[in-house]
Amino acid sequence: MSRRTTPQEDFIRGIWKENPVLVQLLGLCPTLAVTGTVDNALTMGIATFFVLLGSSVLVATFKSVIPKEVRISAYILVIATFVTIADNVLHAVVPEIHKSLGPFVPLIVVNCIILGRQEAFASKNTVGRATLDAIGTGFGFIITMMIMGSMRELLGNGTWLGYPLFGAHFEPWVIMVLPPGGFFTLGFILLGIAWWKGRTAVPVRPRRWPHGVTTEVGGSTS
Amino acid sequence: MSEQKLPVIETESGGAQPPPVQVEASSVRLISTLAVAGALAGMAIVMVFQWAKPRIDKHNAEVLAAAVTDVLGGAQRYETVFLDGDHFTTEPQSDTAGLDRVYVGYDANGQPRGVAMEAGEPGFQDVIDLLFGFDPATGDVIGMKVLNSNETPGLGAKITYDSTFIGEFNGVGTPLQGVKKDRAKGGHDEVVMITGATISSRAVIKIINDRLDAIEQPVDSYWSTLAPAAATSAAAKSGGSVTNAASGGGL
Amino acid sequence: MKELFWIFISASLVSNFTLALFLGLCPFLGVSGKVATAVRMGMANIFVLVITSLTVSALNTWVLPHAPYLQLISFIVVIASLVQIVEMAIKKLSPTLFRELGIFLPLITTNCAILGLALFQTNRGYGFMEGLVFALGGGVGLTLALVLMASIRETVELADVPSVARNMGLVLILAGSLSLAFMGFAGLFSS
Repeated sequence: MSRRTTPQEDFIRGIWKENPVLVQLLGLCPTLAVTGTVDNALTMGIATFFVLLGSSVLVATFKSVIPKEVRISAYILVIATFVTIADNVLHAVVPEIHKSLGPFVPLIVVNCIILGRQEAFASKNTVGRATLDAIGTGFGFIITMMIMGSMRELLGNGTWLGYPLFGAHFEPWVIMVLPPGGFFTLGFILLGIAWWKGRTAVPVRPRRWPHGVTTEVGGSTS
Repeated sequence: MSEQKLPVIETESGGAQPPPVQVEASSVRLISTLAVAGALAGMAIVMVFQWAKPRIDKHNAEVLAAAVTDVLGGAQRYETVFLDGDHFTTEPQSDTAGLDRVYVGYDANGQPRGVAMEAGEPGFQDVIDLLFGFDPATGDVIGMKVLNSNETPGLGAKITYDSTFIGEFNGVGTPLQGVKKDRAKGGHDEVVMITGATISSRAVIKIINDRLDAIEQPVDSYWSTLAPAAATSAAAKSGGSVTNAASGGGL
Repeated sequence: MKELFWIFISASLVSNFTLALFLGLCPFLGVSGKVATAVRMGMANIFVLVITSLTVSALNTWVLPHAPYLQLISFIVVIASLVQIVEMAIKKLSPTLFRELGIFLPLITTNCAILGLALFQTNRGYGFMEGLVFALGGGVGLTLALVLMASIRETVELADVPSVARNMGLVLILAGSLSLAFMGFAGLFSS
């Protein structure tokens, strides 16, 4: 616990610098599968947030009584419990959205973000810091889901949260709400981030050509 | 720090066990930790489940009742009948879980209005599940509602909300014939398909025809037992049966 | 029979496990660098999927009707334990097979394709045979996606790609194109 991170850093880290999806590339399955509409994406984000926060608090509280040999099983048990609770509550409160999310709510269990935070942070830190970390990471996930959901619903359906924004003449890009649209949207976001980072981090950079170690592409075919 | 917290959880797992002296955890400790965690998890889940279950069931019943009302042209209440062997009955001998079932709808006067049944088959993309109303007296389909589909948004998905297409199923002779818009001759058994969603439309028609092929005979014979004179008393008699559900207090 | 065939085609092509349902993305994006690895990974996946399907059929028949709320926990616990037991058994009985497939097994247990199969099989009410065919179809679909992706990436390795695209962004766009191509299989079973 001697690391020099402040509470603000614990919180803010998960939102941008270590964003679970955009930077760590974890939890891609829900990010691609249920972001066809904003309400699905938001519901999924909130459910994941709830599971992450609950598990982190519990794991951080009981970290000293969980023997390390069975810690992964214990974490999974904790996570599965919270997911079952979230699944039941969603089913009872928002049955329509629950129906369209389908098996992807129970699949939160295998979302690497959650198990990853337990193993990497909550099991080694105080309850307070684990809570902040979980809230930060959870927000990072929700924000990513919202970005994905907004882009896909706006372009693919011309609406945002069900409200038409583009008027009657807009011809929706149906492909955006279909599975390929998920891959494309996230792909372009990641390309954008890579471009942005390259632009700001390395202002002047010797031109390497061809990139990296792959030399003499033409010659290697013989 | 770990020594301080240990007794808290150990008391819950039973006092028979000696307090752990060494850092290396014994298998008894491993198992008891998981057992306690499992028991607590189970308790939490059961509590939430008991809270959620009635709400989920209620919602499912409402959705089904609304759909039945929809496809049977405003039936006031409905009754579930199960296919037990080769005939329909309200009180089957075997467990109802695995039995095929249809819903008989009654209007405000207690007269049977028609039979609603679920059916599903592959469409363009995935299985289309739908509910349709059938009037055995005339042999007509009197309504259709898609319950579940995964068709292409903006194209095949129109089968779920295109009111012209859905309206086509309001009083159409069986077996249904799917026709393209410019070929429609206005026949009693014609269903005009959606332009741009021909495959999905055709799938809907095929689903209904196949389902009727398979089930029309027992439905007809059950229907004849509900002859108008007997229908009132039949409806009244089964009023308290467990398979009944009110259709949500009228329209 | 026709029904079973449809389930197989649906899981492997029309609603491909990876490209349409987004199950098994971790191996798809993470391991798919080499075709040879992809093939073995796919085989290991088929193997675990089949075991999972059998387990889930058993659970759905004998356990879950009595305790529906335990669905998720029992799936996870039972599948994880069973895969571990099978892994040990293979190690003991056939070291060759273990070398080929075994190292992938622990990775696969926590893969969303496995739990996804269990949940989809239950949600769709598939019985024993249907579940088995669904698992085989899903596994074949996953293998197909892995191998296609790996071969594309082997080619892209040698291509002159802008530095900005030398990361997951390009892989996802490739995956999107593959997914788009697989959409062409839709309507395969409609008249």
